[in-house]
Amino acid sequence: MSQLNLHLKVWRQNGSQPGHFQDIDAPDIPDHASFLEMMDIINERLISKGEDPVAFDHDCREGICGACSMQINGVPHGPAKATTTCQLHMRKFRTGDTIWVEPFRARAFPVLKDLMIDRGAFDRIQQAGGFVTVRTGAPQDANALPIGKEVADAAMDAAECIGCGACVAACKNASAMLFVSAKAGQLNSLPQGQPEKDRRTLGMVRQMDKEGFGNCTNQYECEAACPKEISVRWITKLNRDYAVASLKDALGNSPKEAGGGD
Amino acid sequence: MSAVFDSLSRFYASSIGKKILVALTGLILFGFVVGHMIGNLLIFVGRDAINEYGHMLQTALHGGGVWIARIGLLVAVVIHIVATISLTRANRAARLTEYGQHKAQVSSTSSRIMIWSGLTILAFIVYHLLHFTVHAGNDYGTYKTTLEGHTVHDVYRMVIAGFSWFPAVLFYIIAMVLLTSHLSHGFSSLFQTLGISTDKSEPLFKKLGYLFAGLILVGNCSIPIAIYFFGYGR
Repeated sequence: MSQLNLHLKVWRQNGSQPGHFQDIDAPDIPDHASFLEMMDIINERLISKGEDPVAFDHDCREGICGACSMQINGVPHGPAKATTTCQLHMRKFRTGDTIWVEPFRARAFPVLKDLMIDRGAFDRIQQAGGFVTVRTGAPQDANALPIGKEVADAAMDAAECIGCGACVAACKNASAMLFVSAKAGQLNSLPQGQPEKDRRTLGMVRQMDKEGFGNCTNQYECEAACPKEISVRWITKLNRDYAVASLKDALGNSPKEAGGGD
Repeated sequence: MSAVFDSLSRFYASSIGKKILVALTGLILFGFVVGHMIGNLLIFVGRDAINEYGHMLQTALHGGGVWIARIGLLVAVVIHIVATISLTRANRAARLTEYGQHKAQVSSTSSRIMIWSGLTILAFIVYHLLHFTVHAGNDYGTYKTTLEGHTVHDVYRMVIAGFSWFPAVLFYIIAMVLLTSHLSHGFSSLFQTLGISTDKSEPLFKKLGYLFAGLILVGNCSIPIAIYFFGYGR
């Protein structure tokens, strides 16, 4: 085990007040620490000096919750591919390095404090259609609904999205298309998602636009930054599903009230 | 009627709706650029070939064809530009505070300067139309020749004269380099926006985009370069 001597530039901000970078020296960081453990060590030191610790989001610390959100040296979740900040180890850095630590920046993700952002916009997009409406009660037999292995696997790939917001952070336009396309695409691929497919697609895209995210310019920085390696092919599918849903919305029959029988 | 119109305006107001319109108009404009280049290369076949081609365009459908094409292209250009400017403004507004450090991992430079290459091409189109279509500030419109007994516009002489002035040659070449840059991202991008790209077809669309962009650069630049630097037709 060796120790790293690092220099951090950490974004400090209180709510909607303007923020700034604070220079923080971080000597004697064990190289087996995770990035969040390094932040813990720094915060312990700040607290012992009577200073304000750096606020950051974290929860599971095993790469599956999507809470940890930091732009590290200009890349969401730092330099390791397909890795969340909590799974990033300090051995990826060299002693003497200067590390920039910033919040994910997007108008739709307002900074709460320091590195913590409000990702409620993602929740509201989910509520606009990222679900299937099912009757509660006894579930049907698991084998009653045949689903092709390829379809099930693809839907699982999309379902890997942990909603961390790295796609938005990496995109030069702060677009949420990768997130929305994974969440909509997962359900739009499966038979259970078909009845509400058009409503879901239109609803989620409209909510995405309303939240103030930017527009996709097909540069695929989102895919490169995604800790779960969600494919941009989900965006292709969302574009297609949206075009079809809009066409039906424009030219199809208006929804009728349920009346029973013909 | 108004129900359909409401849906269409909602479609245009949406991010993906605008992008789909940009992709469709981009496809139309790409087709025009390819056709325009192939037609213009007739200058290397000879004076009569390009003059006959020009005469055919001017007289197709009793002279109506060229106006149908012009109006169609104008509508496509206006939609393409108005929608992309609106999308770009929304993109800028989506991030109010810039990063202290921001690293692009996979995006090409061409993809990041689309709005600037596009606006330069717009300026070029205006110049190009004033130069060779409206004949502003020149007497190219008076150039006449006879072709199979008819008096027709001497396109050949106009092009040679037009590309005998260095600033024009330079601007054409700069504009074509930026058009190449624009198409190198735009071509494959439009298939993604239209929901057509797949893992298997995306690399093909990318390569085709580079190929077409390269062909358009070489084909279009060959005309001013041959005339100005190698004295073709002068």
